[in-house]
Order: sequence, then structure tokens, then C-alpha cells
Amino acid sequence: MIEPSLSRDSADGHFLQIKSIVKTYDDVVAVNDVSLDIAKGDIFALLGASGSGKSTLLRMLAGFETPNSGQIILDGEDIVSLAPYRRPINMMFQSYALFPHMTVEQNIAYGLKQDRMPKNLIADKVVQMLRLVHMEKYAKRKPEQLSGGQRQRVALARSLAKSPKLLLLDEPMGALDKKLRNRMQLEVVDILESVGVTCVMVTHDQEEAMTMANRIAIMEEGRIVQAGTPRDIYEAPNSLQAAEFIGSMNLFHGTITVDAQDHAVIQTTEVATPMYVSYGVTTAIEDKQVVFAVRPEKTLISRDQPDSQYNWCHGVVHDIAYLGGHSVYHIRLDNGKIVYSFMINSDRFADLPTWEESVYVHWSDDSGLVLRP
Amino acid sequence: MKKLLARLSLHAEAGKKWVIALPTIWLGLFFAMPFLIVLKIAFAEADIAIPPYTALLSMADQAFDLHVYFGNFVFLTEDSLYLVAYLNSLKMAALSTLLCLLIGYPMAYYIARAKSNTQSILLLLILLPSWTSFLIRIYAWIGILKSNGVLNNVLLWLGVIDQPLAILNTNIAVYIGIVYAYLPFMVLPLYANLVKHDYSLIEASLDLGARRLKSFWNITFPLSRNGIVAGSMLVFIPVVGEYVIPELLGGTNSIVIGKVMWQEFFNNRDWPLASSLALIMLLILMIPIHLFRKHQEKEWEDSK
Repeated sequence: MIEPSLSRDSADGHFLQIKSIVKTYDDVVAVNDVSLDIAKGDIFALLGASGSGKSTLLRMLAGFETPNSGQIILDGEDIVSLAPYRRPINMMFQSYALFPHMTVEQNIAYGLKQDRMPKNLIADKVVQMLRLVHMEKYAKRKPEQLSGGQRQRVALARSLAKSPKLLLLDEPMGALDKKLRNRMQLEVVDILESVGVTCVMVTHDQEEAMTMANRIAIMEEGRIVQAGTPRDIYEAPNSLQAAEFIGSMNLFHGTITVDAQDHAVIQTTEVATPMYVSYGVTTAIEDKQVVFAVRPEKTLISRDQPDSQYNWCHGVVHDIAYLGGHSVYHIRLDNGKIVYSFMINSDRFADLPTWEESVYVHWSDDSGLVLRP
Repeated sequence: MKKLLARLSLHAEAGKKWVIALPTIWLGLFFAMPFLIVLKIAFAEADIAIPPYTALLSMADQAFDLHVYFGNFVFLTEDSLYLVAYLNSLKMAALSTLLCLLIGYPMAYYIARAKSNTQSILLLLILLPSWTSFLIRIYAWIGILKSNGVLNNVLLWLGVIDQPLAILNTNIAVYIGIVYAYLPFMVLPLYANLVKHDYSLIEASLDLGARRLKSFWNITFPLSRNGIVAGSMLVFIPVVGEYVIPELLGGTNSIVIGKVMWQEFFNNRDWPLASSLALIMLLILMIPIHLFRKHQEKEWEDSK
């Protein structure tokens, strides 16, 4: 049955609780004390490079791996000791893992058959799932007669057929080419929302995570670096790792010189101009070493020196990467450091700074961030 | 430059023909010719001569004589010995194939799922016995199975039995010998098939609610059908004509077509009858070979 669409920002944050999960292989710690709370109806992305432990965590949710310690509580029930075939969880595999000797229909019906559902109900459900993923015409085809995108739809239908409490997606777009990927990302999200299923996905592609998920956890070396909404993670990274993982960042190492309730000033060792942030940092007196960070799209380039005594630096245009919608300027500062700045190409023929031109990069007081090194 | 390339490609065309010619000549000389000779002898009459059969074509009294004799085939239907021998051989081949499958499938499955360096060791162990002579290995089984042989001595020493078991010169000994000798032909194609299986299919089946054994039956077993068919053919076809194992390990009452052919050929010196026996066996074996080919063609069609 398709349940009515749930609100994406459900207040119930305890539908899936992952508590202090540890998984080691021989001497290698794959997942190191990970705890997460996932709300009902969430599309939650585990984002990380390969070897970050995200896939291991997903496989523990599916039941293919057993954690060394910790709990996984789904809808009030600890599922750690349950075999995969007993968990109310279904997974869409990266390779889709469609059964090659079965038709699309048989693939979708497979899970329902295992539950000994009456035949006529299975048939109804299969039709319903085929309609959901727009594959009615392909019911009798074998997987090898389908395109990549069609296989993905079948895999999705198969994993949703049993109406799982939790859906797992392992690199859902990994097997698709870039153009199809962008289309399927939105389509899959539409389907998941219409069903209202809670979903945990694993991806190494930050754009995919940000497009599809309403919450993201960045994983690195078996730990959660930061968890939050895509906006939180992008605009307010809590650490240098998180900041460097998503998007690009200009970083200036320095020390705090002024730390008031509503602002702070950082003197960097790399640029003469002090940096200003419009929020208090509340540091310990003995630990003033910080990193000032500003994203390239929040900076502006001008030929004239800015009026402000804060938040600018001087250099020459070292390189320009023209990307159509915007250009990435590589500005070489006087000390040799490269600062990146995005320039939106809103005018077709604007008088823009060019190679080796002397320019100033500046940004507003609320653009910068202070991070711990 | 273009001319040179054109000339080279002309040579390449000729080269292709030569490449095909070599195996064609080989097959013609060593497969088609002997077969035609057998065919010729099958339609001749036994004769006390050298060679011991009448000629198919002869020149006498300015007449070209074509002498085609069907008596051998008529004779085969008249004596039930031959029918019994054929049926025994088919039964023996079918049962041996089944036994090889039952023993070989778990072996192949285990090897295919082992770690890759363990896999090569296990495969080597499968192949290692075939580095010694086939005949010697069958003789070794005589030493194991005879009444004061290794097996009986061990069983007596263990106290499992108090009388030696009479295994040698029975059908059981023949089956032991055949299964032993032909097991690699079952294991290797099955292994080659099973090792290619994507384990995520089994995980998907578990994920969708099927237990391990059920997942095996639903997924692994049907997907290994090609390996099962190939292995079964490789065992079944040669076992139908098997002569050495029933001769060495079987009793005098084990009548199989290989032994009957031997007797007709060497003991009775009735080459035409032996040839017609061989011809009929070939016709019988064409049924499974044909089915196998049809199966392969269907697979090929499906995969397109």
C-alpha cells in the first residue's frame, strides 16, 4: 500500500537510532563509535570517500555485517541480532542485483512470495509497483533487455514492494551516466516521497547527497564528521574536515585577536588585512589558533582597493577557469597563496579582470567562518 | 603506402583461409576418415580374410559391384544381449552422471566460494590425479577394493565389519571407479560457472526475505544450469562407451556396450558387427548432444 506522503521534517527523530556502533575487520576499525538519529520519512545520506565506513554501516543496517558492539533500534526494536531475511528493511544494491533469470514481474514479486502472500494480492502489488516506477510495459522483460535507468526503476520497485520500514540505497546512481543520473536523482526522490518511506543512502557524490537527501552525515575514517541538513553542512561546517569535504573553501590560518559577543577578529599569518566574522567565537584564552574560512562564491573581485579595514586581500589573476555559468578565478596573493573566487557570468560581454591583472578579493563580514584546525 | 596496405590485407585474406584449413584438414584426416571407415565396415559382411570383412565396392566380371549389407543391424535386433548392453550402458551413464553431480556440485560450490589463493590449491588437487595414468589409477582401485585390500582391512581393523565386503567385480565397484574418474569433468565446468556468480544476488534474496537454503535454490541453482548441463554432458557421453572401468572393476555379469564391442571386435573378430554397434551408440549419443546444442542456442538467443 502506498502510504500518504509524510512531512519531510517530521518531529519524530527516533525512528531509526544507531547507537555507538563499532565494526572492526581484523585490526582495521571500519566503523568507529557511530551514533545517528534518523526521523521517520527522512532521506538520509551517508556521504564519504571510499573506505570511510559508510558502506559497512549500510551493510550492518541490512544485516549483512554484524557490529562488534552497539545497537540499531528501528521503530523501537533492536534489530542487531536479526538475520537479513527477518528485518523489515530492503535494499537497492549498487549493481541493482536483479535476478537475471527472472522477468521484471518475477523480480518485483520475489520478496512478496517469500512472505507467502496470496497470488492475487502479489499480482495486484506488482502492478501497483510497476505503475509507481512507470515500467508497466516492461513487466515480461528480462533484466538484460533493459537499459540502466530501467533496471534502476525495477530495482527500486523490488525494494519497495514489501513496504519496508526502512529503505537502503547503496550508491543509487553509481551505475548511471551523468546525464541520466541528474534526471533519476529527482525522479527517485519523487517516488520515495510519494511512498513516504524512510531511507538511508550511501554516496560519495556530494551533489547527489545534497540533491536527494534532506539530511546528510559526512563520514571519514569510520566516524561521523558532521550530520545535518545540506544547508547546515555547507554554510556552517563544524570542522575543517567537513568544510573541506563539501564544496571548496579558502582557508587562512591565524589567531584570534578580538573575541566579543557579536563578532571576532582574526589576524592571519598569510595576509596583512585582519579577518572579521560577525559572531562570537568563545575560545579559550590559551587556544587562539584558528582557521578562517570563506567560500569562493561569497567573495567578490574588484580592481579598486575595498574601503573596509577587514576581509580583503590583494593579488594577481593567476588563472581563470571559464565554466559557462560561472568562472573560477585563481588569484595569486603577494605571498604566493592561491585564493579562489567565483564570478557569475551574468553579462555576456562584461569587462572582467583578465590574466596577470592586479585585483582585490573581498567579502562581507557575515561570509566568513572560524574553524578549529 | 595505400598499395602496400591493400596488398597486405590481400595476404591477410589468404592467411585466414590457411588458418581455417589446418584444423579442417586435421578433422578430415583424424575424425571424418576413421568415421567413414567405420561406416563402411558396418555395412559389410564378416569374412575370413584380411581385413576380415567383405569389400563395399568390387570389380568382377566387368561389373562394378556395390555390396551393402544390412544383416548386422538386423542381427543386433534379434539378440537381446545388445539391447541389454545398450540399456545397461545408458543406465550406468545416467546414474554416474547423477552421482557425479551430487558429489561434484558441493565441491565446485565450495571451491568457487573459497578465497582466491585457496581456490587455486583446491583446483590443483582436483586436477592432480589426472597427471598420472588413467589406467594406473583404475588399477589402484583394485588394490583398494579387493577383499584383502585397503578398504576392507581398514574397516575390519575399525571393527565396522567382521567379514570382508565383496565390492570388487560388482556394479558398485564400477560406479566407484567411474565417479572417481569422471568427477573432475563435472567439477570444472560447474566451478567455472559458479565462480562467476555475483554474490550480491544472494544478498538481495536474503534481503527480500528468503533464507539461505531457499536463496540457493531460487538463485544459485537455476543460474548454474549451464554448468550442470555442460558437466553432465562431459560425464554422460564418455561413460556410455566406457570400457576400461567395467572391464577392470566390474564382474563378468556387467554387460555394457563397451565390453560387448570389445568382445565382438577382438574375441569374435566380427568387425562389421562391432562397427554397427559403434554406429548405433553414436546415434543414441546424438540425442543428448543435440539437446545440449539446442540448449546452448537458446542461451545464446536469450543473451542477445
